Amino acid sequence: MIELIAQNPILAALIALVGLAIIFGALLGFAAEKFKVEGNPIVEQIDELLPQTQCGQCGFPGCRPYAESIANGDAINKCPPGGQATINAIASLLDVPAPELDEEHGQESPVRTVAYIREDECIGCTKCIQACPVDAILGAAKLMHTVIADECTGCDLCVEPCPVDCIDMLPVAETLTDWNWSIPKKPGQLIATDTRGELSHAHTQGGGA
Amino acid sequence: MQEFAVILVSSILINNYVLVQFLGLCPFMGVSNKLESAIGMAAATTFVLTLTAMASYIVNALVLEPLGLIYLRTIAFILVIAAVVQFTKMFIEKTSPLLYRVLGVFLPLITTNCAVLGVALQNTSKDLNFVQSSLYGFGAGAGFSLVLIFFSAMRERLASADIPESFKGAAIAMVTAGLMSLAFMGFSGLV
Repeated sequence: MIELIAQNPILAALIALVGLAIIFGALLGFAAEKFKVEGNPIVEQIDELLPQTQCGQCGFPGCRPYAESIANGDAINKCPPGGQATINAIASLLDVPAPELDEEHGQESPVRTVAYIREDECIGCTKCIQACPVDAILGAAKLMHTVIADECTGCDLCVEPCPVDCIDMLPVAETLTDWNWSIPKKPGQLIATDTRGELSHAHTQGGGA
Repeated sequence: MQEFAVILVSSILINNYVLVQFLGLCPFMGVSNKLESAIGMAAATTFVLTLTAMASYIVNALVLEPLGLIYLRTIAFILVIAAVVQFTKMFIEKTSPLLYRVLGVFLPLITTNCAVLGVALQNTSKDLNFVQSSLYGFGAGAGFSLVLIFFSAMRERLASADIPESFKGAAIAMVTAGLMSLAFMGFSGLV
């Protein structure tokens, strides 16, 4: 066998090249398994930064489609629920300058809100149920509707379709479960004597950081 | 030790693959617009060059020479390069998705970077041993990185410089590359 190969250079060449190809193919197959990337990791990272309200104010059916669109080069300033904080976070992830929020898609509200249906005015038209992206509104045709406050993301998409304008956006009241210590405003107010220089400086600057 | 230093200096400066031997000009022109992507490309190419130099030495010494198939070197080395580049692509996609996005089409195009094939072929014709040839591959990669990063830094400044209308864009890039090449010719005879 070995003699046969040694006497036939073409056979030797064929065996050598096919052997090499098989070895490299096996190595690459192994590497593909080991370095497997599930989905597009960039999309995952952007999706994590978005607020997951699924409100559709960006013009996409939810947060994940918008994340995919950003990964393909769309503008990052179309998310009003996330506001400037989300824009800054995505900008630092993608290493691009952070633009202002695009007013066309809505305005950032300073407090978190939930929808509230004034139930004695509701006529049971189900229009708000169809508009809700997270199925947080309960009710049936010609029967009163109500909002499941824990499910509502505060996207205010249900306000527009209501024919009798019985939906309000109410600020979320602070409860024992979501109450946090408020962060001290600046170190100068903790121990006034230690930072007297800074404090007087801050006063002249009108507050400081 | 001194021998290794000589190999490094000779492959990085004296026989620089891009500016003295004029190999691998495609990524040198193509990816040098932004410093950041140039650094990524330089790292990826250095990785590929070092791995290719090692793998092609092994293939040459263990398969081609014993079977008397030296005439198949080119095709066998292209096989090696394609496999190594594919591996690098998977590796970068896993470790740095951002770099993967920035490099884009230039990553698979390392396969056709003639500096890579050039290093593999020159290693065998110079009769280097395993350590020497891998060091030679790394030196070639380091030389490529050096000039690519220098060139992209210069092109970033050229973009905002006041250049005559007829020299804008590719023309001034070519002129700059030519001047850099002249400067690197000055290293000849260093060792």
